[in-house]
Amino acid sequence: MSIQEPFADGASVVHRLDPRGKIVVAALFAILVAVTKSYAVALGGLALALLYLALARLPLKQVIIRLLVVNSFIFFLWFVLPFTYPGDALWRFGPLAATRQGLIFTGLITIKSNAIIIALIALVATVPVVTLGQALHQMRVPDKLAHLLLFTYRYIYVFEQEYRRLVQAMKIRGFTPRTNLHTYRSYAYLAAMLLVRSFDRAERVFQAMLCRGFHGTFYSLKSFSWQRRDGIFLATSVLALLMLLGLEVLKPTLFRGPL
Amino acid sequence: MSEPLIEMIDINFTYPGASQPVFQDFNFLLLPGNHLGLVGPNGSGKTTMLHLIMGLLRPQSGSIKIFGEEVKKERDYVQVRQKVGLLFQNADDQLFCPTVIEDVAFGPLNQGKPPDEAIRIARETMERLGLTGFEDRVTYKLSGGEKKLVSLATVLAMQPQLLLLDEPTTGLDEATRHRIIHILQGLDIAYMIVSHEPDFLSHTVKECCHVHGHCCQPLTIPPGGKQI
Repeated sequence: MSIQEPFADGASVVHRLDPRGKIVVAALFAILVAVTKSYAVALGGLALALLYLALARLPLKQVIIRLLVVNSFIFFLWFVLPFTYPGDALWRFGPLAATRQGLIFTGLITIKSNAIIIALIALVATVPVVTLGQALHQMRVPDKLAHLLLFTYRYIYVFEQEYRRLVQAMKIRGFTPRTNLHTYRSYAYLAAMLLVRSFDRAERVFQAMLCRGFHGTFYSLKSFSWQRRDGIFLATSVLALLMLLGLEVLKPTLFRGPL
Repeated sequence: MSEPLIEMIDINFTYPGASQPVFQDFNFLLLPGNHLGLVGPNGSGKTTMLHLIMGLLRPQSGSIKIFGEEVKKERDYVQVRQKVGLLFQNADDQLFCPTVIEDVAFGPLNQGKPPDEAIRIARETMERLGLTGFEDRVTYKLSGGEKKLVSLATVLAMQPQLLLLDEPTTGLDEATRHRIIHILQGLDIAYMIVSHEPDFLSHTVKECCHVHGHCCQPLTIPPGGKQI
């Protein structure tokens, strides 16, 4: 097992776009759709996200699997929100009553989440993490944040291996998790050991970097080239987002949500 | 006589919190062109010695001269690290860039080379080590042997004048070991190797010494002769 980037490889239009433009559009998109209170904007966002997805020509099965993971969380919202949101009772289930406003609200959340996830899959997941870090660096995102992303990506796998090694070492000596103090203590040791080891490793990595002349700045091998299609992509996307924003501000009564 | 590459004079070093010092009035000399093996039991200070040379650890007292110049401050060591390469025991500590080519180019970029030249140097070094085609491989997905060879490439790409290797063959298979022997035999710079493998040392160094708390004692017996 390792972290995979199933969407990063590809030759579609979206893959060939400059990552910087995609990051900007994805960020604007996510903010707009996240704050909207109107169904029209949420549905418009969903349509736009699906358009990006179609342009990225990603393996549909993988995309659906990802969406299922996200929606499994949203699934639980459907059990709670309609029953706790104040409003007009639509139907009763014993002492519980689902409100109309609650159902509308939960539906809005579902559409918004899916729109944002689809847009992120189409625009951000199509950039390899490494390139993403370099693009963020070029966009003047604070170096520390960009480095944090790159290092997390690089070492998460190493920690996973270390974790597995420790778990194996516990298993081969007959450890089976039970509900008792011994189990809790052993897991606490495991967590502590991982922490200590990661600290040590961080230090050794830093030493190795020093030995190779590191002095606080990363130099990127990649140079991004902004091309005509990137300009077109950015302009049309911003235009579409502005239209959605207009929809949000004007609040046409037909599509208004509960809030 | 030409100037020694490394001169360690009356070094005292104790790890923080440790009761026993690692080095007490320790003296050491490495001459140009020397190929030296460092042996000794675990904990005798072999790795510590390499880290002192690189400035990753600082002695409590004593002086270290590298290429004839005394090194004291971090600024001096920054210069040292441009000319001395250290291959770490654990390749996972050394390789931190996502792809191989970026990792190999990391050192040259730090030396101020422009990206084009850094990539050219990286490619040349990899070719020399038989790693052509590894450029875009992801470092954490390499095998143990490949990781070690790539680590060696990252150090050699900086074109060091002196190479320090910390147990370069531990855990490697026979084929990779042979490749490392072959690479080292083709180098025209001085190097020191910490190793527990007499057979490996007998192929790569002319002399060995035993690291003690006070000095490095030259070994008279050929390193392949018996288990050290």
